[in-house]
Amino acid sequence: MIDLAVKVVLALFVFFGVLNLAALHTWLERKQSAVIQDRVGANRASILGWRLMGLFHPLADSIKMFTKEDIVPAGADRILHTLAPVFSVFFALVTFAAIPFGDRVLLGGRVIELQVAKINVALLYIFAMLSLEVYGVILAGFASRNNYALLGGLRATAQMISYEIALGIAVVGVIMIYGTMDLQELVRGQGQNLAGWIPLWGIVVQPVAFVVFLTAALAETKRIPFDLPEGESEIIGYFVEYSGMKFGMFFLADFLETILVACLATTLFFGGWQVPYLTSSGFQFPWGATLPVSQPAYVLLGVVSFSIKVVIFCVLFMQLRWTLPRFRYDQLMRLGWLGLFPIAVVNVLVTASALAFLKR
Amino acid sequence: MAVKVLRRRDLTVWEKLYIPQIASGLKVTTAHLLRNLLLHSAHRLGLLQNRRAAVTFQYPEELRPLAPRFRSRHRLTVRDDGTPRCVGCMLCETVCPAHCITIVAGEHPDPNVEKYPVRFDIDLGVCVYCGYCVEVCPEDAIRMDTGILDVAAYSRDAMKLDIHELMNPSLRKPLTACMLEFPHECRLAGGEVSTRDHQRRN
Repeated sequence: MIDLAVKVVLALFVFFGVLNLAALHTWLERKQSAVIQDRVGANRASILGWRLMGLFHPLADSIKMFTKEDIVPAGADRILHTLAPVFSVFFALVTFAAIPFGDRVLLGGRVIELQVAKINVALLYIFAMLSLEVYGVILAGFASRNNYALLGGLRATAQMISYEIALGIAVVGVIMIYGTMDLQELVRGQGQNLAGWIPLWGIVVQPVAFVVFLTAALAETKRIPFDLPEGESEIIGYFVEYSGMKFGMFFLADFLETILVACLATTLFFGGWQVPYLTSSGFQFPWGATLPVSQPAYVLLGVVSFSIKVVIFCVLFMQLRWTLPRFRYDQLMRLGWLGLFPIAVVNVLVTASALAFLKR
Repeated sequence: MAVKVLRRRDLTVWEKLYIPQIASGLKVTTAHLLRNLLLHSAHRLGLLQNRRAAVTFQYPEELRPLAPRFRSRHRLTVRDDGTPRCVGCMLCETVCPAHCITIVAGEHPDPNVEKYPVRFDIDLGVCVYCGYCVEVCPEDAIRMDTGILDVAAYSRDAMKLDIHELMNPSLRKPLTACMLEFPHECRLAGGEVSTRDHQRRN
């Protein structure tokens, strides 16, 4: 019973944390693009005269989305049309269950892993959920009874499937080095130091995999420079026939995916909740100094470290999104199959031989 | 016909690697981001006010600087004693290509000045802001330098300015009192716009 309560609390924490971060993403998108482009950005929504740099705009947006008319096109499949955005958001949200956001907490004699679901094949679970998310997209295109939506759905599916392969293979190298698919264990494995002072994070041992992963992950989020499933301004995407909150849910799913990818990049390549030189007993700096840290502070530092890394990745993705132009479809496919895929495979082979050589 | 063949430069290997090019692009956007973030933060603290962080003018609160020759809403210039400089010569009404000016002249008590406007109306709903009235005026009595750009109203009648608003650009409709010292045909005093000019135009 208490176990269940703990899980519910953890799930709610992750759920609301992630949803709020997704809402903040709309603010970040507006403001960061504005600052990059020497503009001011949305700043008019206010409550009692308080504008808070446009922070009320996500709120205004959601009110707008919820109160807009929800249109289902004539001849469209009503059930699938409604199901598609639900699919998108559901699978995006459910994936976060496997992400560890902190070390274990000892509370009342029980060990609580700061992770909604401790799955020993968490990475497989995440990739399975990411693949299922394609269904939301293809269903949206299919159920809208609109040829352009269907084409958009097909584009999205082709893109997501081809980049998922590169994504998966890029991660294999990391799995081989840390020897586990359990993300919590994988993060623990990144706690050691190389040569005494370099944190043994994924990026240090697998830099090529990181670049491939980041690129494929960006494509997976369906955002610029890989946004041709949507192409909001020119080509029409799979959600042409959606309005109101259903459209909002697709948008939300996009932001959720961005956060998910940021979480994954943090977990796999940037040591998750690890703070450099911090062990469960305190800081142990390479120059010999130590600084004792209590257990709750240690866990809290881990959660803060994880959040900061995720936010940095979100900002980086946003920066890329406002820097790069869109890929053409053939360029996109060529980059996926002839660029990232072979690089990822070679990376796996090199890693495997290096590991075999070092073990001997 | 001569055909000029434009050949696109092939990408070098360095450029085909994408990543260096992405990095150089990121350099540009990040430089803008950091510069503007710094300036925005400095502005919050009241520093570096002379350097703008954004090119945006927050319009209703912050107006763009106008060019000196910019033609904005009209005004009638005033003599030292508060009467209009206008001598009712009708040149502006005559030159106006939009026929938006209506003047009714009256005899001025000062024998050195022949006439003065009893009524001076401009229908801004018709005005084309050409500035001919300003150019033609021999007395420098009408100018278009108020800087008022946001002329808007809910009715065509409300677009018509009379002598009160023209002599005092800060006045806004609805006018409640008349402060003019000299005799004039005033809406507030019951002197409604006559149909004379309409009859003449038709």
